[in-house]
Amino acid sequence: MSTHAATEDVFSGADDVHADRVYLAQGGDWSDIASEQAERGDETIVVNMGPQHPSTHGVLRLILEMDGETVESIRPGIGFLHTGIEKNMEYKTWTQGVTYVTRMDYVAPLFNEAVYCLAVERLLGVTDDIPERASIIRVLVMELNRIASHLVAMGTGGMEIGALTVMTVAFREREMILDFLEGLSGLRMNHAYIRPGGVANDLPEDGLSHLRTVIDWLKKHLPEYATFCNENPIFIGRLSKVGVMDLTAATMLGMSGPPLRATGYDWDLRRTQPYCGYETYEFDTVTWDTNDAYGRFRIRLDECWESLKIVEQCYDRLQRTQGQPVMVDDPKIAWPAQLSLGPDGQGNSNEHIKHIMGESMEALIHHFKIVTEGFKVPVGQVYQAIESPKGELGCHVVSDGGTRPYRVHFRDPGFNHLQSIPAMCEGGMMSDVVVAIASLDPVLGGVDR
Amino acid sequence: MGIEDKLPSGILLTTVEGVFGWLRKASFWPATMGLACCAIEMMAYGTPRYDAGRWGQEVFRASPRQADLMIVSGRVSQKMAPVIRQVYDQMPNPKWVISMGACASSGGMFNNYAIVQGCDHFLPVDMYIPGCPPRPDMLIDAMFKLREKVQHRPIGPNETAAIEDAERAALVAPAKVEMKGLMR
Amino acid sequence: MSETQPEQNLPAEAAAPESQPVFARRAGMWSSGAGDTSGYGGLRRDLAMPGRSEGPFGEPHDSVLGRALEVIPALRDARVLFDRDELTIYVPREQLTDVARQFRDDAFLRFEVCVSVSGVHYPQETGSELHVVYHLLSYTHNRRVRLEVTCPEEDPHVPSVVATYPMVDYHERETWDMFGVIFDGHPSLTRILMPDDWKGHPQRKDYPLGGVDVEYKGAKVPAPDNRRSYS
Repeated sequence: MSTHAATEDVFSGADDVHADRVYLAQGGDWSDIASEQAERGDETIVVNMGPQHPSTHGVLRLILEMDGETVESIRPGIGFLHTGIEKNMEYKTWTQGVTYVTRMDYVAPLFNEAVYCLAVERLLGVTDDIPERASIIRVLVMELNRIASHLVAMGTGGMEIGALTVMTVAFREREMILDFLEGLSGLRMNHAYIRPGGVANDLPEDGLSHLRTVIDWLKKHLPEYATFCNENPIFIGRLSKVGVMDLTAATMLGMSGPPLRATGYDWDLRRTQPYCGYETYEFDTVTWDTNDAYGRFRIRLDECWESLKIVEQCYDRLQRTQGQPVMVDDPKIAWPAQLSLGPDGQGNSNEHIKHIMGESMEALIHHFKIVTEGFKVPVGQVYQAIESPKGELGCHVVSDGGTRPYRVHFRDPGFNHLQSIPAMCEGGMMSDVVVAIASLDPVLGGVDR
Repeated sequence: MGIEDKLPSGILLTTVEGVFGWLRKASFWPATMGLACCAIEMMAYGTPRYDAGRWGQEVFRASPRQADLMIVSGRVSQKMAPVIRQVYDQMPNPKWVISMGACASSGGMFNNYAIVQGCDHFLPVDMYIPGCPPRPDMLIDAMFKLREKVQHRPIGPNETAAIEDAERAALVAPAKVEMKGLMR
Repeated sequence: MSETQPEQNLPAEAAAPESQPVFARRAGMWSSGAGDTSGYGGLRRDLAMPGRSEGPFGEPHDSVLGRALEVIPALRDARVLFDRDELTIYVPREQLTDVARQFRDDAFLRFEVCVSVSGVHYPQETGSELHVVYHLLSYTHNRRVRLEVTCPEEDPHVPSVVATYPMVDYHERETWDMFGVIFDGHPSLTRILMPDDWKGHPQRKDYPLGGVDVEYKGAKVPAPDNRRSYS
């Protein structure tokens, strides 16, 4: 049987080290050699795909035990980006918490803000008082951010398997979206824009036309990804049957978002437990029936189209609700600043300054107290969950009645999904590990918080 | 070790310095040390709109052995700091470090148990970039300023002299804490 | 906060059979540490978490609670709270594994996933300082419930529900790392976010935030946990 193994290496030189066992790979089938070697049970090697790695989606450490090219066991090591955000928020006011929370999942920051603000508003009891325009703007920026996040996922996933063009075009589209978000909130990323009570400021004057430009651009360029990737034989070869998690496995490991919908189960929190008025928008939940990385990729691409549909509906509604307030009416909660460009390039609007300095003492007091001390949130705890591009993003907020959170805990989908890496990758090849992790799309800022 | 150490100071060395500086700055490859949000802006810096390939930097080397520059982009946690130091030690000389963003420069908004308050606690930094996150435009500006520094870096005996001068100056410089009065 | 009370919660100081003890008293405008020179010392706020509620709570919470009491009779003595449209069942730690198993397996409860496990530390609540909060989600019935388990700091053991809900593996490790709650039966309860040899449990209230004072040109801004607090 063992035509390949020998103890004498006929090709070795005089000063080569003597080997215990020699396999001669001449003629015959590699799989024979490999199975013989596996039967022998040679030692496996431990490989560290360390936190600094171009393909691990952030500072994720993977410890693999490899038998040749096969992964025998794999364990993720996380915590390299642990920032202590949750504890830090206990020393800042509720509104300052938005700036902290936004930096957890930094690829889709507006979702973190939205879930936190929805939770705080439930504690305050003002969920029904949020103005309609504020909810529309929230949905708009969340869906734009969903498209941006999926673009990053597809781009970096493509880059990790070598399809570099996908990354360049994905970031080009993302720049368009970031331009709009910059015009709206002032920042390209980590905008502290969604605040408890509404949003920080309304659209600028050219906001709607800018939004139209973005929509048209995306409509024109999103088909490129389908052309690049969907039928690409290399893409299919690398992504099909990789990272297979069927519905049982997905439920056992608490997966949500695209990995769950790739099993064919159409669970989407925007449909089943809607928030921010999602029940009034028309869109489909995208599912796929292969439980693998290819299905997740197709879902992300189709979700970009569904989000674009929602963005167009938001465009129409924003036209209809122009002039309406974007912050809740209650002066004891509403963030007072009316941000607009002053003559020095920054600052509050002149009307607001005139109002608080010249016209209303109460407004001045409210402005001062809310900005310095913050509003007080009644005692209690709340768990709010939304559908972020990665899965179910949950926020558990505990209030002790003061101006600072007592405890904030975020349930990040990436944290959950990383548990399924051993289930997906053990027994497969090392190159599939990269693809499997990319298909889960973990963002280590959210995972480690 | 190289030819530059054997040359005596003088006109010849100055010319060679100019050539070396130009070579180094024209092919200035960063190592991937993308940690958090700034890493996304760093990736945007390599993509078509802010194209870093215009000055030869679109290749982010995964292996530190092939890189000259480490852009520490993002918050450095206590767990990650030894890893970064190890990667830095693996880079061959000459090497430069850019500390991108508020978190890498000073701990940023995260003044707590988990974050090292500035990567200059364990790395020598050549360029600090403020911002949270800094726009890719700011990274381009910092990169150009650093390229100027690279261009003018002395070599051979000049370099040893420059290092000694800098050390002497740093020993007599007043600590920032004692420079009371003006906040600027 | 005594002024904004949902109707179904009992006020902290009323003659109710069981309410949560007051865990903090805020007096005047400056309440923690710094001296009060405002003259507003007469303002006093007693802070207590919402205690218990009596049903009915409305659907779907009534059917959840009703079925839970049917299937796990031992829960009849458990404290139940309905607040902000969420049902919380305070499960004694001895019953946790049984409760979790029933909540997952019973067809009328069928909470397939436990989406989140978080710890909360109430150092003032002596005897039950560490709380572990489990959020369960049911795909079939599209509803959520919360189970809260408490344990004292001197004996921080809570049975692990990993056998029932494998997805809480990392969550329990994080709660151990951050709060020091030992989950009995967890396959590998090790540090997950902090370095492996870290001492202490960072998110407990008696662990300092750990920041450094920011110094620049003679001015010093203290770290966030050392600043004066005005509320």
